[in-house]
Amino acid sequence: MVVGILIAIAVCAPALAPWDPNKPDMKKILTRPSAKHWLGTDQIGRDVLSRLLHGSRISLAVGFVSVGIATLIGILLGAAAGYNGGVVDATIMRLVDLMLVFPRFFLLLAVLAFLKPSIWTIMAVIGLTGWMGVTRLVRAEFLALREREFVIWSESIGAGALRVIFRHILPNAMAPVLVAMTLGIPAAILTESGLSFLGLGVQPPYATWGNILNDGKDLITYAWWLTLYPGLAILITVLSYNLVGEGIRDALDPRLRQSGVGRAIRLGR
Amino acid sequence: MALFALRRLVLAIPLLIGITFISFLVIQLAPGGPFDYLRSEETGQDPKLVQKLNEEFGLDKPFHVQYWRWLSRIVRLDFGRSFQPDARPVLAKIGERLPITLFLNILQLLIIFTLAIPIGVASATRQYSLFDKITTIFVFIGFATPDFWLALLLMILFGVNLDWLPISGLRSLNYEYMTFWRQQWDFVSHLFLPVAVAAFGGLAGLSRYMRQSMLEVIRQDYVQTARAKGLAEPVVIGKHALRNALLPVVTILGLSLPGLIGGSIIIESIFAIPGMGQLMVQSVFARDYPVIMGNLVIVASLTLLANLFADLAYGVVDPRIRFSSRRRRR
Amino acid sequence: MRALRVAALMALATLVALAAFEGRDARLREVAAQDTAGTNEKPAHGDTFVHASIGDITGLIPNITSDSASHTVGNLIYDGLVQLDKDLNWAPSIAESWQFSKDCLTLTFKLRKNVKWHDGRPFTADDVIFTYKAMINPKTPTAYRDDFEPVKEVQALDPYTVRVTYAQPFAKALGSWGQPMLPRHLLEKAVEEGKLREAPQNLKPVGTGPYRFHEWKSGEKVVLVANKDYYIEGRPYIGRIVYRIIPSQATIFLELKAKGVDMAELTAIQYERQTDYPAFKKDYNKYHYAANRYTYLGFNLKDPRFADKRVRQAFAHAINKSELIEGVVMGLGREATGPYRPGTWAYTDKVKRYEFSPTKARALLAAAGWTDRNGDGILRNKEGQPFSFTIRTNQGNEERKKVAEIIQQRLKEIGVQTDIQTIEWAALLKEYIKQKRFDAIVLGWGTGVDPDQYAVWHSSQNGPDQLNSFSYANPEVDALLEKGRATCHQQERVATYHRIQQILAEDQPYVFLYFRETLPVVSSRVRGIKVEPAGIDYNFIDWFVPKSLQRYASP
Repeated sequence: MVVGILIAIAVCAPALAPWDPNKPDMKKILTRPSAKHWLGTDQIGRDVLSRLLHGSRISLAVGFVSVGIATLIGILLGAAAGYNGGVVDATIMRLVDLMLVFPRFFLLLAVLAFLKPSIWTIMAVIGLTGWMGVTRLVRAEFLALREREFVIWSESIGAGALRVIFRHILPNAMAPVLVAMTLGIPAAILTESGLSFLGLGVQPPYATWGNILNDGKDLITYAWWLTLYPGLAILITVLSYNLVGEGIRDALDPRLRQSGVGRAIRLGR
Repeated sequence: MALFALRRLVLAIPLLIGITFISFLVIQLAPGGPFDYLRSEETGQDPKLVQKLNEEFGLDKPFHVQYWRWLSRIVRLDFGRSFQPDARPVLAKIGERLPITLFLNILQLLIIFTLAIPIGVASATRQYSLFDKITTIFVFIGFATPDFWLALLLMILFGVNLDWLPISGLRSLNYEYMTFWRQQWDFVSHLFLPVAVAAFGGLAGLSRYMRQSMLEVIRQDYVQTARAKGLAEPVVIGKHALRNALLPVVTILGLSLPGLIGGSIIIESIFAIPGMGQLMVQSVFARDYPVIMGNLVIVASLTLLANLFADLAYGVVDPRIRFSSRRRRR
Repeated sequence: MRALRVAALMALATLVALAAFEGRDARLREVAAQDTAGTNEKPAHGDTFVHASIGDITGLIPNITSDSASHTVGNLIYDGLVQLDKDLNWAPSIAESWQFSKDCLTLTFKLRKNVKWHDGRPFTADDVIFTYKAMINPKTPTAYRDDFEPVKEVQALDPYTVRVTYAQPFAKALGSWGQPMLPRHLLEKAVEEGKLREAPQNLKPVGTGPYRFHEWKSGEKVVLVANKDYYIEGRPYIGRIVYRIIPSQATIFLELKAKGVDMAELTAIQYERQTDYPAFKKDYNKYHYAANRYTYLGFNLKDPRFADKRVRQAFAHAINKSELIEGVVMGLGREATGPYRPGTWAYTDKVKRYEFSPTKARALLAAAGWTDRNGDGILRNKEGQPFSFTIRTNQGNEERKKVAEIIQQRLKEIGVQTDIQTIEWAALLKEYIKQKRFDAIVLGWGTGVDPDQYAVWHSSQNGPDQLNSFSYANPEVDALLEKGRATCHQQERVATYHRIQQILAEDQPYVFLYFRETLPVVSSRVRGIKVEPAGIDYNFIDWFVPKSLQRYASP
């Protein structure tokens, strides 16, 4: 439910924001929260509430898109590895190992140093460096499901590989992927926040929760509203996404792993 | 098992080469070079000087030639010297930073494990209770709170207001004049906040995983059997359930080992700790190729070793694993 | 959802806690009362002074480094023949006097006879000649060779007299000898082999300066101790200096509050708003003085849009400079009307001014062909293209980021669209500046001591490795620049530089924005500090802490 509210807010942000999030006003530098500016103003007089609202769009977008990219790559590679086995599997898993050993941070740094800095590059880079987990998950599922009757049956009547993958195996494999996605979104938001700390985040003057926080860190006690509210926003988002993800997992997982007796007991409870 | 280890070690070598090759490529692609710092605000840069330096260090040669030269020196354990004005040996630069990073990370890991496992178990046995809810929120606060924010708040509270702990750095100014025991205390008090902040962030992952694992195990038949046999609850949980629930957690331990070697740049900057994270970031910004590559080789090698160790340990701990079957291993 | 309710409660708790922090801050530091009434004001030796430095040093031979941390430390370990005095004039250091010949081609230094290297050997003219040779040696990786290129020859007339001969009059001649002097007896071989970076000197330096090197723990600290054999009797007073390397400005501020460091430079907000409480004022003295740096918005003059002078002048009118100063440095700065700092001898204020006036801006742009042709508020040219460009600056600089954001907003108001890119410095330099692939950049220049800015404004300095990356070319300015640097007599040069400023103000190759103030804060136990045009650390060797207030042991 909270997740839904968050998404709705993000989408309607421009309509909801009372002030122009990017317009400086030197007469209002660092004012406290008040009736006119519910969450105060920042170092050059911009309204924090408006920046937070607009920032929600970017932060959530970063979350969705980068996770989307990572998941897509993960599904493709994981399916290929799990379905084909053999050499294909081996190569892909070696690739996964390579990427896992690679210090992710260094990659982010180096790549962002020479790409044109923009929100798309950030989303792409976070996505391109985060697909390993999904790949492993999907591969594991494929390995398990591949031996099941319905797959063997489809193949025996001559269904093409792609068809088997997409119509039959994949839908059943989605459960853990879904969980990974919901858990990955808050992680991506936090990564963006970390990138802002290093100055590699979204370009000015656009606000994201991460960079409002980061800009305000020098003034933690003096202008506490600059760090408290984005921090709360991130916390609530992370909490809700994680709870949703865990909820999905709880709902789906035990059902797959039950033995007969256990299932009976659970249903009875 | 020895065969397995051997095979992995052999496989590690092409992996290492792959990693270093790609990294070499990536860094060289980044614009700018290590001698760009020779630029004066009054007169600009002397292109002849930069050219000369590039030639001296072989930076004008084609990419694969450079890589080959670097590789042939690395296998002789010659890491070369930094391109920065101090030109110190790369190993020296890494060697003075690695210990503190390792130490911090190991401490952090220990704390996370000692706290997260009980929390996870307790949450699982009291699922949906108030305790469960509060700990859930608590660990997620740790996860979602940016490190630097928490760090600064704690520094203000303990360092400025209460004056109980030092704010930054590794040692006090008068360290050399202290007695041995005071020195140890000094060291501990300097590390307290960084480790605390780092550990708090990591609690969430492990405790949730532990909780999940415990929940699954509790539902298993053999747990019901143990209860039916009349064993006391703590024995059921502690002796039967826990051991099996810990298995996936060992995996996590294994997966965290590689992370021990990299430093967190955020924590290191805020607490002014001279660790590997800062070294890496500074070297990338300065395009100090020997240090970057040296760093990478060491981190990658240690990571691969740690992975191997984790897999071996996993095999030992879980009797269901057979090393001959590649599928099962995953 | 109960979970969220609990979360909200915790948030409230945090709010309360933060409020508590704020209050406690102020009250807590009253404890360390310093009895100033009974203090002994006689200069005393001893105590340790703790500096905070954001960056680590990169080496201990400053001639081959380019970062400010290395130079700050280096200037205490080494001396040049001359140094800057409180009024930013050149004053004796190792050289006790000097003489220019009338034609400005010869400069003769008389060296002090009691200067010793830290290892006890005496400093002689040989070391001067050696330093010169080291600087021009093509194998030496230094950024400052250009200062010595114009030298024709350096001779030792006797062990304590050096004569430098120039091929042509060189205005910066005297200042160039402020370069740290290097010991011949230790570095001769290293320079010849081109292995200066690997010399032990780089890790254990031997200089002639007021402080000796003690230790450097990479990433942690640099420690210097007073040189008891310094050529000025009885100086320096402060026994030990520690540079603590703390990469985060927020942490430095906290260390300041907790008395972990004795001196730090504050940001404008910290200076104005966070350090006004009584306890802080008791423990620290705040100083401020104009920095030798100005910030500007530079245009790529090869771009036809910016080649038109009226466009640049329009932008100068469109930007509200006092608003900028207010927003970016809390009013602690001064408008820049040209590349010279107010109060220096080359500065003049009799130049064209550009007051904030969007009306004038629009009028000028209209004259240049940019008007709002379809009522949507965006200026377009005859072909209908909107006036839109990218402002770039280097990543990691808070100040410049805010400058860009404020400028963006003001330009938007007159119908010009911009977007901002902050790019990592190395990449910015290599990919954009050197290749002149940019529209406009927000950067800063340091104004050196000598007003000769040939390298920045002369049309010949347009190459990728040179400093006139904006492609400014004005023949009258070229001639004036050449004239200004061709003599060593200050009075002859004043008129030249005044005229240059007038032309630059008219041409506006940059919109000159502001000179900010440096805002250092020093522990109140230190005596001897006086704010002068050169700042406060020109006389560091005269600073002392009275015996009763000394806080740390020192050797």
